[in-house]
Amino acid sequence: MLAVSFVTFWLVGNSPIDPVQANVGQVAYTTMSPDRREQLAERWDADTPVLERYAAWLGDAVRGDFGESLRYNEPVVTVVAERFASSVALLAASWLIAGVVGTTLGVVAGVRSGSVLDRMVRGYCYVLSATPTFWLALVALMIFSVYLGWFPLGFSVPIGSTGEVSIWVRLHHIVLPALVLSLTGIANVALHTREKTLDVMATDYVRLARARGEGARSIVLRHGLRNLIIPALTLQCAQISEIFGGSILVEQVFSYPGLGQAAVTAGLGGDAPLLVGIALASAALVFAGNTLANVLYGLVDPRLRGEVAHVE
Amino acid sequence: MTSMMDTRGDYELRHRHAHVDDEAHHHHTHADGSHHHGGHHLLAVEHLSVSFSMYDPAASYFAARKVVVPVIRDLSVSVHEGEVLAVVGASGSGKTLLADSILGLFEPNARVEGSIWFDGERCSSADLARLRGRGVSLVPQSVTHLDPLMRVGDQVVGAATGSRRRERVERMRRLFERYGLKPEVERLYPHELSGGMARRVLLMCALIDEPRLIVADEPTPGLDLELAIRALDDLRAFASSGGGVLLITHDLELALSVADRVAVFKDGTVVEETSCASFNDPEKLRHPFSRALWHAMPEHDFAADADGCAPRGDAPCSADAAPAGGVLGPISAARSDSRGGGTENEPCRR
Repeated sequence: MLAVSFVTFWLVGNSPIDPVQANVGQVAYTTMSPDRREQLAERWDADTPVLERYAAWLGDAVRGDFGESLRYNEPVVTVVAERFASSVALLAASWLIAGVVGTTLGVVAGVRSGSVLDRMVRGYCYVLSATPTFWLALVALMIFSVYLGWFPLGFSVPIGSTGEVSIWVRLHHIVLPALVLSLTGIANVALHTREKTLDVMATDYVRLARARGEGARSIVLRHGLRNLIIPALTLQCAQISEIFGGSILVEQVFSYPGLGQAAVTAGLGGDAPLLVGIALASAALVFAGNTLANVLYGLVDPRLRGEVAHVE
Repeated sequence: MTSMMDTRGDYELRHRHAHVDDEAHHHHTHADGSHHHGGHHLLAVEHLSVSFSMYDPAASYFAARKVVVPVIRDLSVSVHEGEVLAVVGASGSGKTLLADSILGLFEPNARVEGSIWFDGERCSSADLARLRGRGVSLVPQSVTHLDPLMRVGDQVVGAATGSRRRERVERMRRLFERYGLKPEVERLYPHELSGGMARRVLLMCALIDEPRLIVADEPTPGLDLELAIRALDDLRAFASSGGGVLLITHDLELALSVADRVAVFKDGTVVEETSCASFNDPEKLRHPFSRALWHAMPEHDFAADADGCAPRGDAPCSADAAPAGGVLGPISAARSDSRGGGTENEPCRR
């Protein structure tokens, strides 16, 4: 966490962006009096060396104060929480779709390796994992929103609407970005799962199961899934960061007001406190994912449980 | 099975006539205990050839063409009821492929010729697949053949539901008792078993299906002779109660101690199938390679090149030495198996 915050801070501090110029806009900047510029620069501490600013930020941060966002004029915690809340549905939806569909396709392709189905799955996966997410998002927007008009062009609520919006409308806005975001995830998960399935199908215990007359279905259900859970869990938890990274691009394309979009704004605006806040939040998310995976391993795999019952 | 060499009538005809035990028939001679129950062998493998169609491994990557690599050629071997037949050959010479063929476990690129008879019926590969766990059972080599994430008891019981499952659980409990495993062992995972327990569990996985033939593929890796013989007592008892055992091993001494008959496996085929008693007297061995093996045993002079024929090294012992069989490793001398699972009571941890 310390390293993440420091690196982020240092990068923003050394970027050539002048926070004053970036935040008030080009026109306002040129028409602004030098006094006013000075005033703003002082408010945003633009002239203080990076290390000094970092030390000040760190001092506050350990006491729970993560500073104020320059762009949104609100405490960082509030901005991150707000953005996270609107992102979380999008992230969770695409994470689940990628996990469930990807694992299923991977297992099926691995069990029937060499079949037409396997070749189709593999073809899909290679094409999809070689496709940039933002391009895919643009194509999806063109086809489904512009030509077919099935889904809205962007944002999380209809443009211009204020106040309460029904959950269905929100879901309607989430579908397309979530699908696009999960597409590449599916390819990733399916390819990895397929490899693992091939490994499992080649093991000695599957050979013995076949030699005992178990059918393919029974082998997959009794031995295959059991032994695939652990790699699948690892993959799912690693996928959190993938999805999160992808969401920055996708949210940008769909103008979806989530954490990813806020990160872009913060980066371009030289908004160090907000960017560090977002970086910390996402790092925490990924750490949580990996910890969860470790805890689940212990539950699934008896070999990783501490105590070993020994009967002779 | 692409081509069938033998017709059923021919096979039965030969068995209707009693033959003198010393006389070679079906490419083998009998031991004292061998008998033809119901007028046929429990298992008869005749003229089995298995080859693989693959890209030439010797050629460079892009120039490689498909070649057919023979692994087993014209192999015949028979198991009678009530006997242990040991197939003895060097490690990595294709013996496991023989086990796979009997179980009908063929790779997609395998080409199989010849015929396999089980209990008087000639079997297609679909028949062989049906016999798995219903007549023919495999006892594999090591604990890696158990699912690491499943409790041992569930694995012995196998895939079954409902009343069939309850019946098998009963049978599993009786087997546990018979083989001296405590009921707690049921709840253990494979990594918690000692080597000896794992071996018994693997045997029980076969016995619970009440097979008539057990194919045991190197079931005692890494055990010294005495322990290995003791570990094979259970298979011996199974044979004595009327079952048949095909024991695959690289260890001639072990084979001679537990088996009734020995099939000498070399370069993908069985060069001689004879009773263990024949190994008391090299004059009774017909094939020069069997004689060379006899001479290579520790208690006989170690004369590796007796009969002008080296059992190790690749000097061809007979005119029909196949190019694919490769170097014959030392058979009786090599007791430590690299895939071995530790000594009798040492728990195997992976």
